[in-house]
Amino acid sequence: MISLEHISKSFDAPGRAPAEHALRDVSLTIPDGDVFGIIGISGAGKSTLVRCVNLLERPTSGRIVVDGQDVTDLQGAALRSYRRRVAMIFQGFGLLAQKTALQNVCFPFLAANGRVTEADRRHALELLDRVGLADKAGAYPSQLSGGQAQRVAIARALALDPEYILCDEATSALDPASTASVLDTLRQVNQETDVTMLVITHSMDVVKSICKDVAVLVRGKLVETGSVDEVFSNPQDPTTRALLGRGDWHE
Amino acid sequence: MSSLQSLLDQYSGLLAQGFLASLAMLFFSTAIAYLIGTFLGVVLYVTVPGGLRPHRALNAVLGWIVNMTRSIPFIILLVAVMPMTKALVGTVVGVRGTIPPLVLSAAPFVARMIEQSLAEVPRDSIEAAESFGATVPRVVFSALLPEALPSIVRGVAVTLISVLGYTAIVGAVGAGGLGDIAIRYGYYRYEDGVMILTIVLLVVLVQAIQSSCDLVAKRIDHR
Repeated sequence: MISLEHISKSFDAPGRAPAEHALRDVSLTIPDGDVFGIIGISGAGKSTLVRCVNLLERPTSGRIVVDGQDVTDLQGAALRSYRRRVAMIFQGFGLLAQKTALQNVCFPFLAANGRVTEADRRHALELLDRVGLADKAGAYPSQLSGGQAQRVAIARALALDPEYILCDEATSALDPASTASVLDTLRQVNQETDVTMLVITHSMDVVKSICKDVAVLVRGKLVETGSVDEVFSNPQDPTTRALLGRGDWHE
Repeated sequence: MSSLQSLLDQYSGLLAQGFLASLAMLFFSTAIAYLIGTFLGVVLYVTVPGGLRPHRALNAVLGWIVNMTRSIPFIILLVAVMPMTKALVGTVVGVRGTIPPLVLSAAPFVARMIEQSLAEVPRDSIEAAESFGATVPRVVFSALLPEALPSIVRGVAVTLISVLGYTAIVGAVGAGGLGDIAIRYGYYRYEDGVMILTIVLLVVLVQAIQSSCDLVAKRIDHR
């Protein structure tokens, strides 16, 4: 379970205008096994929020508690071992362009153990098979379509059997067909492994397609949280209504 | 044609010797400069504010040292460091005597080339490596440098060709090499033929360096 407690993040520096994508007092709880969506328009702070969870970004104030452990100030080896429990999938895939799909999937082993064993390599091949890309093991990212590249990134995210997967706009750079294939893969992963997912998106379709719960982020503040059914059938906030296409923007 | 023949008869030994001396200066000094410069470039990249391990003071001091060394005209640097050169390699002349000043001049240049190549690696890929709990050295050696390698190899061509220019300057202080021959025979003695031959050799060398680095970069680049 991930609990975010009163998370704020400001990028303010002397002489700079207050930045977008800041966070203001965000609190939410993501139960184990959930697929939790965070939706908002660009600049709302969604990416900042998800990057705070694996501490690629440090919150200015507030606490991040994972399975009862306060991880907010982790450093060094403790931070690295925490990050291995929380895998991340990026909008731009984040694959290493000079490594093959298989080598990319093996990278987390290298990061964790300093080497890649034969067993690791077999496991990586299984993972590639699981995302339907066994035949692409030797391909470089430039030889893959966007959807294939993102599925390689999903296989990589699964390498260390993470408890949590963070998806930062995982399908935003993809065409509809690739989006569907990536969402299918994510849904299947959640069903098979019980991994908890935090899904950042600006697309209601993504939320509808794979999320159980959803939170709506507007200018760094959480305006609505609940199950997808609840929020979609009875949206309270004007922004939620606008995102659903029922009502006008009030910004 | 016969004048070319007689020119070659007279000077081919000298030119061959000069060519080899130039090559020795070029490759030894560039190799050492890359050992030092790669280290400096990585440190500059890693310690930049917002980098993998930000360290504002170290970054500023190192950047300042690099800029300062690069500001000093090479011919001045060459003379100014002669005591150090003497202490390091025991002589200030010959190929050996040119290595320390060439390295001193090329290493900061290499540092900036490396820093620039590393900066071209997409931020996403490096953050991904970090997000899997890789240590900073692991990110540097297993992700950053391999990703930047094609660009680094292209930088090697730029560096080699610029160091080749410097090896001509060190000819002025008795280092030998093609530059020395061009100055002594071509310039002081008005031997136009020798001048042209040295220039032809240098042109061929520059072309060879550029083409082979381009070829290697292309072969290893999977983007």
